[in-house]
Amino acid sequence: MDKKISIPNQKVAWQWVFLMAWRDARKSRSRLFLFISSIVIGIAALVAINSFSDNLQSDINSQANELLGADLELASNDSSFRYPVIEEMSHEVSYENSFASMIFFPKNQESRLVDVRALEGAFPYYGKIETEPADAEATFRDGTRKALVDQSVLVQYNVGIGDSIRIGRVLFKIEGSLISSPSQSIGATLVTPAVYIPMAYLKETELIQKGSRVYYRRFYKFNDPPADFNIDDQIRTDSDSLRAARISSETIRERKEETGDTFEDLADFLNLVAFVALLLGCVGVASAVHIYIKEKIRLVAILRCLGASGRDAFYIYLSQIGAIGLIGSILGAIVGTFIQTVLPRVFADFLPVDVTFSLSCPSILGGVLTGLFVSILFALSPLIAVRRASPLITLRGIQESGKRKIDKAQWLIYGFIFLFIVGFAFIQIGSIRDSLIFTLFIGLAFGFLAGIAKIIMWLVKRFFPDSWSYVWRQSLANLHRPNNQTLVLISSIGLGTALITTLYFIQALLINEVEITTNNDRPNLMIFDIQSHQVDAINTKATERGLPILQSVPIVTMRLSSVNGITYKQVLEDTSINMRGGMFRREWRVTYRDSIIASEELTSGTLKMLESRSEELNEKYKDIVLVSLEEDYVERNNLKLMDTLVWDVQGVPITTQLGSTRKIDWQMVQTNFLALFPTEVLEQAPQFHVLITRVKSTEEGALFQRDIVKEFPNVSVIDVGLILNTIDDILDKIAFVIRFMALFSIITGLLVLISSVILSKFQRIKESVLLRTMGGSRKQILSINSLEYFFLGSLASLSGILLAMLGSWGLAYYSFNSTFVPNILPIITVYLIITCLTIIIGLFNSRGIISKPPLEVLRNEIQ
Amino acid sequence: MSNILEVSNLTKTYSSGSKSLTVLSDISFTIQSGDKLSIVGSSGSGKTTLLGLCAGLDRATSGSVILNGISLDKLNEDERAYVRNQHVGFVFQNFQLLPTLTAVENIMVPMELRREKGIRKKALELLDRVGLAERHDHYPTQLSGGEQQRISIARAFSNNPQILFADEPTGNLDEETSEKIEHLLFELNRESGTTLVLVTHDLDLAKKTDRIIKLKGGMVLHPSDQLATENG
Repeated sequence: MDKKISIPNQKVAWQWVFLMAWRDARKSRSRLFLFISSIVIGIAALVAINSFSDNLQSDINSQANELLGADLELASNDSSFRYPVIEEMSHEVSYENSFASMIFFPKNQESRLVDVRALEGAFPYYGKIETEPADAEATFRDGTRKALVDQSVLVQYNVGIGDSIRIGRVLFKIEGSLISSPSQSIGATLVTPAVYIPMAYLKETELIQKGSRVYYRRFYKFNDPPADFNIDDQIRTDSDSLRAARISSETIRERKEETGDTFEDLADFLNLVAFVALLLGCVGVASAVHIYIKEKIRLVAILRCLGASGRDAFYIYLSQIGAIGLIGSILGAIVGTFIQTVLPRVFADFLPVDVTFSLSCPSILGGVLTGLFVSILFALSPLIAVRRASPLITLRGIQESGKRKIDKAQWLIYGFIFLFIVGFAFIQIGSIRDSLIFTLFIGLAFGFLAGIAKIIMWLVKRFFPDSWSYVWRQSLANLHRPNNQTLVLISSIGLGTALITTLYFIQALLINEVEITTNNDRPNLMIFDIQSHQVDAINTKATERGLPILQSVPIVTMRLSSVNGITYKQVLEDTSINMRGGMFRREWRVTYRDSIIASEELTSGTLKMLESRSEELNEKYKDIVLVSLEEDYVERNNLKLMDTLVWDVQGVPITTQLGSTRKIDWQMVQTNFLALFPTEVLEQAPQFHVLITRVKSTEEGALFQRDIVKEFPNVSVIDVGLILNTIDDILDKIAFVIRFMALFSIITGLLVLISSVILSKFQRIKESVLLRTMGGSRKQILSINSLEYFFLGSLASLSGILLAMLGSWGLAYYSFNSTFVPNILPIITVYLIITCLTIIIGLFNSRGIISKPPLEVLRNEIQ
Repeated sequence: MSNILEVSNLTKTYSSGSKSLTVLSDISFTIQSGDKLSIVGSSGSGKTTLLGLCAGLDRATSGSVILNGISLDKLNEDERAYVRNQHVGFVFQNFQLLPTLTAVENIMVPMELRREKGIRKKALELLDRVGLAERHDHYPTQLSGGEQQRISIARAFSNNPQILFADEPTGNLDEETSEKIEHLLFELNRESGTTLVLVTHDLDLAKKTDRIIKLKGGMVLHPSDQLATENG
């Protein structure tokens, strides 16, 4: 009498599911919150960065006019450039002539290379030149000899407002310290800080001579332009003719987009760093849920006995994780909103506009949804075990360990995780290839750490030291016994350690690179803009002071007129010509000599025409001028040996042939040239000279500079030591931002560490109590726990350091073309900190087991 | 009276690699509705495995189990869970209360799963019936072993099961408490007319049932009727 039964196709009893989830969570709330705390920081970082970049973008939009300071900026190296269309319109115009020059401080007899900007007109028309005092921006234009000097220069040379500076032949009073100006880019001012002077005194300085490198800018403000006039459309229409005339232009929209893009790139990069912190948290969530579900399996088995379906049980825990994930995400969004208020200070040195604070609803909502999504996604993998919990556990106490089928759902979840990481990275990077590489690296990092964990467990099991004392054996065995934390802790702590250590290694690598280029016998003082008639006098001065003349080279500026008969105009007009316009637009600085120097290597061709035995041939080719170009440049521009290059040397055409290519090491501090002419061609052309020497100390350099600049005000001196200081400053500022972002990973790593250790306490509690019941002393249990955490902390930190070293080596080798030599001190420091933290947190959380009576612990904690 | 449980040629074998272990071999018996049956045997004789198979907690390697006319071996796990919820009650040696639920909530769960209404009142009545009305909001950890088992018995009867499986219900309790629990179990069983299948190694307890099946090495050692007569 076999009856057929069919389960009524019932919908999920959500009310009961939620009720059970709530009931079950009552006694696990603190633990549930503990594992979700891992994602709080990651979400906070995402919300903070996104909100900040939203605020920044809207501020860039609202302050767009002030970014440029005018409706249009035109610039050229030619002072007589013209753009008739604009000139015919009703407008106001300001002029700015800028060039690199030395300024001299009479107060302390020192000098420094700066970017001198001679200004005429009411620029900026929007926004203002920010100065201290604020009215200096106006008063320096009162017609007297006054200057605005970049604030960093004033601090560096200990001069103040009211002091004097000499530029060329003219002495200016420092009217104010320059804080920011619409026309200055952030990066450039760090190397050559700006000094504003009135245009009226530029001629008097006697610094502008034929051949001087001056950049001529004009700033336009249009008065009542026609309604249908759009400057961007106009520029687009005239782009070819502007390019042909070598006039560059920038409109408000372009400046806005360019600024926005720069900071969007920065925000995307920071978002990826925040995302790594979030992923780290996700590993914490996955491992914590794994442990949590393991403990809940018996409870699920009872429910299954009583008639609950696998689906019901699954939904109970899914809704628990979802709810707590939502709470964690909301908390993360709140924390992120607070962090957002700090970010303008963190990025202060890089911000183009004043950033205001406002809540960004899309960022907050996005953060909360991301948090909810990742907590569920990463919890799913351990959670699906619930569906397969056998009711037989109620009778047997353990799950039957028969043949386990591969759960398709598990693979599906892994697939979703992969897609999620690729998708998130794609949103930030915008390139599917780079997103896949990013995901691959994340996967490799986890795989590497998981691999190490597995190998360690196998090694401990395989070569177990049976002769060791009980305490050592017990703690070592805990690494591979059931319910061990080896895989989880090595993955999570290891990844956190790897991230932090890599950041440190790369920063050290960059600083080291800069230092290498300036140490010992390397040149560290460059004097340029030397006129031909000044060369001997300056060389003599250097020799008198005992300074070596490491290089003394002539430089001639010129432009390329044609390549194999093809001119720039033809390139612009005929799109079928495969030639880059940049070659023609570039102002070439060229030297001449008949040999290569230390930083060069001849890779093809010859520098000079070989002498032939045939007089006839020698006569035929005697007028051919062979030039040499950099190998990469030749390849990039599709040039080949014996191509004909015609140059315009300040009005005089010179026909040459590409005779050779050279490989150049640009990292060496010396003059390197893309193009090299032979001797006996350019000697009579207008030229200036560069002298490179090495000073033994800053004082010696300062004295020599003072001496030279006083007598030859037209020359400029680059003190490599000073540049190094500036680079150090820049690196420090960047490092601060990176460290700030790394902080999210560090805190997340710590939270994962804390939650992993606390959760592992529940794994070990029963046997610790049993040990105590059997007479184990507090000291023994404490030693076992300490040693286990010592092993875990050590292995996790060492694995992380190893991963960081591999990563840093890869970055050094492939990205920086450098050699990575790890510094032992930070390695030891990171190892000690991480290991000690693991032990301290571990023991702090085990104290309950040790101090309370066994029965009390069992009653309270085992359930 | 009709058969509530029919067990035919039941065999259970566990495999591990190339090795296999038969823990139950060719077991057959039937129970009529309202009967009380004991399964006795020493540790490792296969009692608990047999109970698990009869109650639909596990699948047999061969043979069949028909519970209330439903062939369990043709059902998947969710279908068997449904059958358990509709027809079966359980009492376990280690009580198996849900640790995160209070006493009354534990009793309510089987009824909640059946989507019944007004269940809190019924659960409180059952709690009162087992003498623990005042402990309704206590968690299992706050109750003694005997109290936990009483809650477990109340839960087992909450869905009015046709058949109740009890696995060593007094195995974890002292003699005095055991007697009280036995008394309660038999009394509730009698009141509700439920069929009782009891697994125990306590022969005195077994003697209180109508029939005894004795297992040894996975096989029925004595014909049950004969053993009952002997004990009779």
